[in-house]
Amino acid sequence: MVDFSIWDIFRNLLLALRWTVVLSLIAFAGGGLVGLTLLFARLSPSKIVQSFALVYVQVFQGTPLLMQLFLAYFGMALIGIDTSPWLAASVGLTLYSSAFLTEIWRGCVAAIPKGQWEASQSLALSFFEQLRYIILPQAFKIAIPPTVGFLVQVIKGTALASVIGFIELTKAGTMITNATFKPFLVYSCVAVLYFALCFPVSYFAKQLERKVRRGQA
Amino acid sequence: MRIELDFISVLAEWPMLMKGVAWTVGLTAVSTVLGLALGIGLAWSRVHGPLPLRAVAGSYVEAIRNTPFIVQLFFVYFGLPALGIRLSPELASIIAMVINLSAYATEIIRAGIEATPRGQIEAAMSLALKPGQIFTHVVLAPALQKVWPALVSQIIIVMLGSAVCGQISTEELSHAANLIQSRNFRAFEVFIIATLTYLMLAMALRRLLNWLGTRFLFGR
Repeated sequence: MVDFSIWDIFRNLLLALRWTVVLSLIAFAGGGLVGLTLLFARLSPSKIVQSFALVYVQVFQGTPLLMQLFLAYFGMALIGIDTSPWLAASVGLTLYSSAFLTEIWRGCVAAIPKGQWEASQSLALSFFEQLRYIILPQAFKIAIPPTVGFLVQVIKGTALASVIGFIELTKAGTMITNATFKPFLVYSCVAVLYFALCFPVSYFAKQLERKVRRGQA
Repeated sequence: MRIELDFISVLAEWPMLMKGVAWTVGLTAVSTVLGLALGIGLAWSRVHGPLPLRAVAGSYVEAIRNTPFIVQLFFVYFGLPALGIRLSPELASIIAMVINLSAYATEIIRAGIEATPRGQIEAAMSLALKPGQIFTHVVLAPALQKVWPALVSQIIIVMLGSAVCGQISTEELSHAANLIQSRNFRAFEVFIIATLTYLMLAMALRRLLNWLGTRFLFGR
Protein backbone atom coordinates (compact mmCIF):
# COMPACT_ATOMS: atom_id res chain seq x y z
CA MET A 1 0.00 0.00 0.00
CA VAL A 2 1.20 3.46 -0.87
CA ASP A 3 1.49 5.88 1.99
CA PHE A 4 -0.20 9.22 1.57
CA SER A 5 1.12 12.16 3.50
CA ILE A 6 -1.20 15.03 4.36
CA TRP A 7 0.52 17.06 1.69
CA ASP A 8 -0.19 14.34 -0.91
CA ILE A 9 -3.85 14.41 -0.01
CA PHE A 10 -4.03 18.18 -0.06
CA ARG A 11 -2.13 18.46 -3.34
CA ASN A 12 -4.41 15.99 -5.09
CA LEU A 13 -7.46 17.80 -3.79
CA LEU A 14 -6.04 21.09 -5.00
CA LEU A 15 -5.60 19.59 -8.46
CA ALA A 16 -9.23 18.48 -8.43
CA LEU A 17 -10.30 21.93 -7.28
CA ARG A 18 -9.44 23.18 -10.77
CA TRP A 19 -12.32 21.21 -12.23
CA THR A 20 -14.71 22.53 -9.63
CA VAL A 21 -13.70 26.04 -10.66
CA VAL A 22 -13.92 25.34 -14.40
CA LEU A 23 -17.31 23.65 -14.10
CA SER A 24 -18.61 26.51 -11.95
CA LEU A 25 -17.51 29.05 -14.54
CA ILE A 26 -19.08 27.09 -17.40
CA ALA A 27 -22.36 26.75 -15.51
CA PHE A 28 -22.33 30.39 -14.44
CA ALA A 29 -21.58 31.74 -17.92
CA GLY A 30 -23.97 29.32 -19.65
CA GLY A 31 -26.63 29.97 -17.04
CA GLY A 32 -26.18 33.69 -17.55
CA LEU A 33 -26.77 33.42 -21.30
CA VAL A 34 -29.79 31.13 -21.02
CA GLY A 35 -31.03 33.16 -18.07
CA LEU A 36 -30.88 36.40 -20.03
CA THR A 37 -32.88 34.84 -22.86
CA LEU A 38 -35.43 33.60 -20.34
CA LEU A 39 -35.53 37.03 -18.74
CA PHE A 40 -36.53 38.53 -22.10
CA ALA A 41 -39.18 35.80 -22.39
CA ARG A 42 -40.40 36.50 -18.88
CA LEU A 43 -40.78 40.23 -19.60
CA SER A 44 -42.15 39.84 -23.10
CA PRO A 45 -45.65 41.15 -23.87
CA SER A 46 -46.76 37.74 -25.14
CA LYS A 47 -48.61 35.77 -22.46
CA ILE A 48 -47.58 32.38 -23.90
CA VAL A 49 -43.88 33.22 -23.94
CA GLN A 50 -44.20 34.64 -20.44
CA SER A 51 -45.80 31.54 -19.02
CA PHE A 52 -43.22 29.30 -20.67
CA ALA A 53 -40.47 31.13 -18.79
CA LEU A 54 -42.52 31.06 -15.60
CA VAL A 55 -43.07 27.29 -15.78
CA TYR A 56 -39.40 26.70 -16.65
CA VAL A 57 -38.27 28.62 -13.58
CA GLN A 58 -40.76 26.92 -11.28
CA VAL A 59 -39.86 23.44 -12.50
CA PHE A 60 -36.13 23.97 -12.05
CA GLN A 61 -36.54 25.67 -8.69
CA GLY A 62 -38.97 23.03 -7.47
CA THR A 63 -36.92 19.92 -8.24
CA PRO A 64 -33.63 18.67 -6.81
CA LEU A 65 -30.48 19.54 -8.73
CA LEU A 66 -29.42 15.91 -8.34
CA MET A 67 -32.48 14.75 -10.30
CA GLN A 68 -31.80 17.37 -12.99
CA LEU A 69 -28.26 16.05 -13.36
CA PHE A 70 -29.50 12.45 -13.61
CA LEU A 71 -32.06 13.49 -16.22
CA ALA A 72 -29.44 15.37 -18.23
CA TYR A 73 -27.15 12.36 -18.05
CA PHE A 74 -29.67 9.68 -18.98
CA GLY A 75 -31.84 11.92 -21.16
CA MET A 76 -29.03 12.89 -23.51
CA ALA A 77 -28.00 9.27 -23.78
CA LEU A 78 -31.58 8.43 -24.71
CA ILE A 79 -31.69 10.82 -27.65
CA GLY A 80 -28.44 9.38 -28.94
CA ILE A 81 -25.90 11.91 -27.72
CA ASP A 82 -22.73 10.29 -26.47
CA THR A 83 -22.79 11.71 -22.95
CA SER A 84 -19.76 12.26 -20.83
CA PRO A 85 -19.99 13.42 -17.22
CA TRP A 86 -18.49 16.71 -18.47
CA LEU A 87 -21.31 17.36 -20.91
CA ALA A 88 -24.10 16.18 -18.61
CA ALA A 89 -22.80 18.22 -15.67
CA SER A 90 -22.35 21.35 -17.80
CA VAL A 91 -25.82 21.09 -19.33
CA GLY A 92 -27.51 20.22 -16.04
CA LEU A 93 -25.86 22.99 -14.06
CA THR A 94 -26.38 25.52 -16.86
CA LEU A 95 -30.13 24.88 -16.93
CA TYR A 96 -30.28 24.95 -13.13
CA SER A 97 -28.36 28.25 -12.88
CA SER A 98 -30.38 29.86 -15.66
CA ALA A 99 -33.64 29.34 -13.75
CA PHE A 100 -32.30 30.97 -10.60
CA LEU A 101 -30.58 33.82 -12.44
CA THR A 102 -33.78 34.56 -14.38
CA GLU A 103 -35.71 34.83 -11.14
CA ILE A 104 -33.05 37.00 -9.49
CA TRP A 105 -32.90 39.36 -12.47
CA ARG A 106 -36.68 39.50 -12.84
CA GLY A 107 -36.78 40.74 -9.26
CA CYS A 108 -34.27 43.45 -10.11
CA VAL A 109 -36.27 44.52 -13.17
CA ALA A 110 -39.43 44.58 -11.06
CA ALA A 111 -37.65 47.02 -8.73
CA ILE A 112 -37.41 49.58 -11.55
CA PRO A 113 -40.26 52.10 -11.17
CA LYS A 114 -43.13 51.60 -13.61
CA GLY A 115 -42.75 55.20 -14.76
CA GLN A 116 -39.50 54.25 -16.48
CA TRP A 117 -41.34 51.74 -18.67
CA GLU A 118 -44.10 54.24 -19.42
CA ALA A 119 -41.66 57.01 -20.21
CA SER A 120 -39.70 54.81 -22.61
CA GLN A 121 -42.93 53.63 -24.22
CA SER A 122 -44.01 57.22 -24.75
CA LEU A 123 -40.71 57.79 -26.54
CA ALA A 124 -41.88 55.16 -29.06
CA LEU A 125 -39.06 52.75 -28.25
CA SER A 126 -39.67 49.15 -29.19
CA PHE A 127 -39.79 46.45 -26.49
CA PHE A 128 -36.14 45.51 -26.98
CA GLU A 129 -35.06 49.13 -27.12
CA GLN A 130 -36.87 49.82 -23.86
CA LEU A 131 -35.05 46.94 -22.22
CA ARG A 132 -31.71 47.69 -23.81
CA TYR A 133 -31.50 51.43 -23.19
CA ILE A 134 -33.77 52.18 -20.24
CA ILE A 135 -34.58 49.23 -18.03
CA LEU A 136 -31.60 46.86 -18.08
CA PRO A 137 -28.89 49.48 -17.44
CA GLN A 138 -30.72 50.49 -14.26
CA ALA A 139 -31.54 46.91 -13.23
CA PHE A 140 -27.94 45.87 -13.89
CA LYS A 141 -26.64 47.95 -10.98
CA ILE A 142 -28.83 46.34 -8.36
CA ALA A 143 -28.47 42.91 -9.95
CA ILE A 144 -24.73 42.55 -9.39
CA PRO A 145 -24.66 41.68 -5.65
CA PRO A 146 -27.29 38.88 -5.75
CA THR A 147 -25.75 37.53 -8.96
CA VAL A 148 -22.32 37.29 -7.35
CA GLY A 149 -23.99 35.73 -4.31
CA PHE A 150 -25.57 33.11 -6.54
CA LEU A 151 -22.13 32.11 -7.80
CA VAL A 152 -21.62 30.54 -4.37
CA GLN A 153 -24.70 28.38 -4.95
CA VAL A 154 -23.29 27.31 -8.32
CA ILE A 155 -19.93 26.36 -6.81
CA LYS A 156 -21.68 24.31 -4.14
CA GLY A 157 -23.94 22.83 -6.80
CA THR A 158 -20.97 21.46 -8.73
CA ALA A 159 -20.34 19.14 -5.78
CA LEU A 160 -23.35 17.12 -6.95
CA ALA A 161 -21.68 16.51 -10.31
CA SER A 162 -19.52 14.02 -8.40
CA VAL A 163 -22.56 11.74 -8.23
CA ILE A 164 -22.70 11.34 -12.02
CA GLY A 165 -18.98 10.59 -12.13
CA PHE A 166 -17.52 14.03 -12.80
CA ILE A 167 -14.16 14.14 -11.05
CA GLU A 168 -14.09 17.39 -9.11
CA LEU A 169 -13.29 18.20 -5.51
CA THR A 170 -15.93 16.03 -3.83
CA LYS A 171 -15.35 13.04 -6.11
CA ALA A 172 -11.60 13.35 -5.62
CA GLY A 173 -12.24 13.39 -1.88
CA THR A 174 -14.23 10.17 -2.11
CA MET A 175 -11.56 8.53 -4.25
CA ILE A 176 -8.74 9.57 -1.93
CA THR A 177 -10.75 8.36 1.06
CA ASN A 178 -11.08 4.96 -0.56
CA ALA A 179 -7.33 4.82 -1.06
CA THR A 180 -6.22 6.18 2.32
CA PHE A 181 -9.02 5.19 4.74
CA LYS A 182 -8.79 8.62 6.34
CA PRO A 183 -12.29 9.99 5.76
CA PHE A 184 -12.17 12.49 8.61
CA LEU A 185 -8.99 14.14 7.39
CA VAL A 186 -9.91 14.05 3.70
CA TYR A 187 -13.44 15.43 4.06
CA SER A 188 -12.13 18.11 6.42
CA CYS A 189 -9.69 19.18 3.71
CA VAL A 190 -12.47 19.09 1.10
CA ALA A 191 -14.68 21.28 3.28
CA VAL A 192 -11.83 23.71 3.93
CA LEU A 193 -11.14 24.02 0.21
CA TYR A 194 -14.81 24.70 -0.59
CA PHE A 195 -14.86 27.27 2.17
CA ALA A 196 -11.70 28.90 0.83
CA LEU A 197 -13.37 29.14 -2.57
CA CYS A 198 -16.85 30.23 -1.48
CA PHE A 199 -16.23 32.50 1.49
CA PRO A 200 -14.37 35.24 -0.44
CA VAL A 201 -17.14 35.24 -3.04
CA SER A 202 -19.94 35.56 -0.47
CA TYR A 203 -17.95 38.20 1.42
CA PHE A 204 -17.47 40.16 -1.81
CA ALA A 205 -21.19 39.87 -2.56
CA LYS A 206 -22.02 41.22 0.89
CA GLN A 207 -19.68 44.19 0.38
CA LEU A 208 -21.26 44.94 -3.00
CA GLU A 209 -24.71 44.82 -1.47
CA ARG A 210 -23.69 47.27 1.21
CA LYS A 211 -22.33 49.58 -1.47
CA VAL A 212 -25.53 49.45 -3.52
CA ARG A 213 -27.62 50.14 -0.44
CA ARG A 214 -25.45 53.09 0.51
CA GLY A 215 -25.83 54.41 -3.02
CA GLN A 216 -29.59 54.35 -2.71
CA ALA A 217 -29.75 55.97 0.73
CA MET B 1 -34.31 6.90 -34.49
CA ARG B 2 -37.21 6.07 -32.21
CA ILE B 3 -37.31 6.72 -28.55
CA GLU B 4 -39.42 4.30 -26.58
CA LEU B 5 -40.50 5.36 -23.15
CA ASP B 6 -41.89 2.81 -20.79
CA PHE B 7 -43.48 4.45 -17.77
CA ILE B 8 -45.68 1.48 -16.95
CA SER B 9 -42.84 -0.73 -15.76
CA VAL B 10 -41.72 2.12 -13.51
CA LEU B 11 -45.14 2.81 -12.07
CA ALA B 12 -45.50 -0.89 -11.36
CA GLU B 13 -42.90 -0.32 -8.64
CA TRP B 14 -45.13 2.19 -6.89
CA PRO B 15 -44.79 0.66 -3.40
CA MET B 16 -41.07 1.47 -3.47
CA LEU B 17 -41.72 4.98 -4.69
CA MET B 18 -44.29 5.57 -1.97
CA LYS B 19 -41.87 4.31 0.66
CA GLY B 20 -39.28 6.74 -0.71
CA VAL B 21 -41.78 9.60 -0.53
CA ALA B 22 -42.57 8.67 3.06
CA TRP B 23 -38.89 8.79 3.97
CA THR B 24 -38.36 12.11 2.22
CA VAL B 25 -41.36 13.62 4.00
CA GLY B 26 -40.29 12.15 7.33
CA LEU B 27 -36.69 13.38 7.06
CA THR B 28 -37.93 16.82 6.07
CA ALA B 29 -40.45 17.03 8.92
CA VAL B 30 -37.98 16.05 11.62
CA SER B 31 -35.17 18.23 10.35
CA THR B 32 -37.51 21.21 9.88
CA VAL B 33 -38.59 21.15 13.52
CA LEU B 34 -35.09 20.59 14.90
CA GLY B 35 -33.44 22.92 12.37
CA LEU B 36 -35.78 25.81 13.13
CA ALA B 37 -35.37 25.32 16.88
CA LEU B 38 -31.59 25.35 16.55
CA GLY B 39 -31.83 28.30 14.17
CA ILE B 40 -33.82 30.32 16.71
CA GLY B 41 -31.27 29.54 19.39
CA LEU B 42 -28.38 30.52 17.15
CA ALA B 43 -30.14 33.69 16.01
CA TRP B 44 -30.57 34.68 19.65
CA SER B 45 -26.87 33.96 20.25
CA ARG B 46 -25.88 36.09 17.28
CA VAL B 47 -27.89 39.10 18.41
CA HIS B 48 -28.09 38.93 22.22
CA GLY B 49 -25.56 36.30 23.25
CA PRO B 50 -22.26 37.00 25.03
CA LEU B 51 -19.41 37.95 22.72
CA PRO B 52 -17.67 34.52 22.47
CA LEU B 53 -21.02 32.83 21.73
CA ARG B 54 -21.73 35.41 19.06
CA ALA B 55 -18.43 34.64 17.38
CA VAL B 56 -19.04 30.89 17.55
CA ALA B 57 -22.54 31.21 16.08
CA GLY B 58 -21.22 33.52 13.36
CA SER B 59 -18.44 31.14 12.34
CA TYR B 60 -20.84 28.20 12.37
CA VAL B 61 -23.21 29.99 10.01
CA GLU B 62 -20.42 31.00 7.62
CA ALA B 63 -18.82 27.55 7.68
CA ILE B 64 -22.07 25.78 6.82
CA ARG B 65 -23.27 28.29 4.27
CA ASN B 66 -20.01 28.17 2.34
CA THR B 67 -19.68 24.39 1.98
CA PRO B 68 -21.87 22.04 -0.10
CA PHE B 69 -24.52 19.93 1.61
CA ILE B 70 -23.12 16.71 0.15
CA VAL B 71 -19.74 17.37 1.79
CA GLN B 72 -21.46 18.04 5.12
CA LEU B 73 -23.35 14.78 4.71
CA PHE B 74 -20.22 12.78 3.83
CA PHE B 75 -18.38 14.37 6.72
CA VAL B 76 -21.07 13.31 9.18
CA TYR B 77 -21.52 9.82 7.76
CA PHE B 78 -17.98 8.85 6.71
CA GLY B 79 -15.86 11.26 8.73
CA LEU B 80 -17.33 11.04 12.23
CA PRO B 81 -16.87 7.25 12.65
CA ALA B 82 -13.13 7.98 12.72
CA LEU B 83 -13.83 9.79 16.00
CA GLY B 84 -15.79 6.81 17.27
CA ILE B 85 -19.23 8.21 16.41
CA ARG B 86 -21.07 5.63 14.32
CA LEU B 87 -24.35 6.72 12.80
CA SER B 88 -27.02 4.99 10.78
CA PRO B 89 -27.56 6.55 7.32
CA GLU B 90 -30.94 7.91 8.42
CA LEU B 91 -29.55 9.55 11.54
CA ALA B 92 -26.59 10.97 9.63
CA SER B 93 -29.00 12.42 7.04
CA ILE B 94 -31.12 14.06 9.72
CA ILE B 95 -28.07 15.51 11.46
CA ALA B 96 -26.70 16.93 8.20
CA MET B 97 -30.08 18.39 7.24
CA VAL B 98 -30.57 19.95 10.68
CA ILE B 99 -27.10 21.48 10.57
CA ASN B 100 -27.68 22.81 7.08
CA LEU B 101 -31.14 24.25 7.71
CA SER B 102 -30.19 25.78 11.05
CA ALA B 103 -27.36 27.82 9.52
CA TYR B 104 -29.61 29.37 6.86
CA ALA B 105 -32.51 29.76 9.31
CA THR B 106 -30.21 31.63 11.70
CA GLU B 107 -29.48 34.32 9.13
CA ILE B 108 -33.13 34.60 8.10
CA ILE B 109 -34.45 34.80 11.67
CA ARG B 110 -31.70 37.21 12.68
CA ALA B 111 -32.85 39.59 9.95
CA GLY B 112 -36.36 39.42 11.41
CA ILE B 113 -35.11 40.00 14.95
CA GLU B 114 -33.06 43.01 13.94
CA ALA B 115 -36.08 44.52 12.18
CA THR B 116 -37.94 44.80 15.49
CA PRO B 117 -38.67 48.49 16.15
CA ARG B 118 -36.80 49.80 19.20
CA GLY B 119 -40.02 51.25 20.64
CA GLN B 120 -41.56 47.78 20.93
CA ILE B 121 -38.76 46.62 23.20
CA GLU B 122 -38.87 49.81 25.26
CA ALA B 123 -42.62 49.45 25.66
CA ALA B 124 -42.17 45.86 26.81
CA MET B 125 -39.46 46.92 29.27
CA SER B 126 -41.70 49.63 30.69
CA LEU B 127 -44.30 46.92 31.30
CA ALA B 128 -41.67 45.17 33.45
CA LEU B 129 -41.38 42.09 31.25
CA LYS B 130 -38.29 39.96 31.85
CA PRO B 131 -35.66 39.81 29.05
CA GLY B 132 -36.69 36.23 28.26
CA GLN B 133 -40.32 37.22 27.99
CA ILE B 134 -39.46 40.20 25.82
CA PHE B 135 -37.50 37.98 23.45
CA THR B 136 -40.15 35.29 23.01
CA HIS B 137 -43.29 37.43 23.02
CA VAL B 138 -42.25 40.82 21.68
CA VAL B 139 -39.24 40.13 19.46
CA LEU B 140 -39.37 36.53 18.24
CA ALA B 141 -43.06 36.07 17.38
CA PRO B 142 -43.34 39.08 15.02
CA ALA B 143 -39.86 38.33 13.66
CA LEU B 144 -40.88 34.81 12.66
CA GLN B 145 -44.05 36.13 11.11
CA LYS B 146 -42.07 38.64 9.05
CA VAL B 147 -39.55 36.11 7.72
CA TRP B 148 -41.90 33.11 7.41
CA PRO B 149 -42.01 33.20 3.58
CA ALA B 150 -38.19 33.12 3.44
CA LEU B 151 -38.11 30.25 5.94
CA VAL B 152 -40.66 28.32 3.89
CA SER B 153 -38.45 28.67 0.80
CA GLN B 154 -35.43 27.49 2.76
CA ILE B 155 -37.29 24.47 4.12
CA ILE B 156 -38.24 23.54 0.57
CA ILE B 157 -34.62 23.87 -0.54
CA VAL B 158 -33.61 21.51 2.28
CA MET B 159 -36.35 19.05 1.26
CA LEU B 160 -35.05 19.07 -2.32
CA GLY B 161 -31.50 18.77 -1.01
CA SER B 162 -32.47 15.59 0.83
CA ALA B 163 -32.28 13.83 -2.56
CA VAL B 164 -28.55 13.68 -1.90
CA CYS B 165 -29.10 11.56 1.22
CA GLY B 166 -29.75 8.58 -1.06
CA GLN B 167 -26.01 8.62 -1.73
CA ILE B 168 -25.35 7.26 1.77
CA SER B 169 -28.15 4.69 1.29
CA THR B 170 -30.89 6.49 3.16
CA GLU B 171 -33.98 5.02 1.54
CA GLU B 172 -35.62 8.26 0.46
CA LEU B 173 -37.17 9.03 -2.91
CA SER B 174 -34.02 9.39 -5.02
CA HIS B 175 -32.62 6.20 -3.52
CA ALA B 176 -35.83 4.38 -4.43
CA ALA B 177 -35.52 5.77 -7.97
CA ASN B 178 -31.95 4.50 -8.21
CA LEU B 179 -33.00 1.09 -6.99
CA ILE B 180 -35.83 0.84 -9.51
CA GLN B 181 -33.63 1.85 -12.42
CA SER B 182 -31.07 -0.78 -11.43
CA ARG B 183 -33.86 -3.35 -11.66
CA ASN B 184 -35.53 -2.44 -14.94
CA PHE B 185 -32.91 -0.19 -16.62
CA ARG B 186 -35.54 2.48 -17.32
CA ALA B 187 -33.32 5.22 -15.88
CA PHE B 188 -34.80 8.20 -17.71
CA GLU B 189 -38.41 7.27 -17.00
CA VAL B 190 -37.70 6.59 -13.33
CA PHE B 191 -35.98 9.93 -12.82
CA ILE B 192 -38.73 11.79 -14.70
CA ILE B 193 -41.29 10.32 -12.33
CA ALA B 194 -39.12 10.98 -9.27
CA THR B 195 -38.51 14.57 -10.41
CA LEU B 196 -42.22 15.21 -10.94
CA THR B 197 -42.90 13.72 -7.51
CA TYR B 198 -40.39 16.13 -5.98
CA LEU B 199 -42.07 18.99 -7.84
CA MET B 200 -45.46 18.03 -6.41
CA LEU B 201 -43.97 17.59 -2.95
CA ALA B 202 -42.41 21.05 -3.16
CA MET B 203 -45.69 22.68 -4.20
CA ALA B 204 -47.65 20.79 -1.54
CA LEU B 205 -45.08 21.65 1.13
CA ARG B 206 -45.24 25.35 0.27
CA ARG B 207 -49.04 25.35 0.56
CA LEU B 208 -48.93 23.38 3.81
CA LEU B 209 -46.34 25.63 5.44
CA ASN B 210 -48.06 28.84 4.34
CA TRP B 211 -51.30 27.48 5.74
CA LEU B 212 -49.64 26.36 8.97
CA GLY B 213 -48.01 29.76 9.31
CA THR B 214 -51.20 31.76 9.06
CA ARG B 215 -53.38 29.23 10.87
CA PHE B 216 -51.28 28.29 13.88
CA LEU B 217 -48.16 30.39 14.23
CA PHE B 218 -49.56 33.84 13.66
CA GLY B 219 -53.29 33.29 13.61
CA ARG B 220 -55.13 36.08 15.28
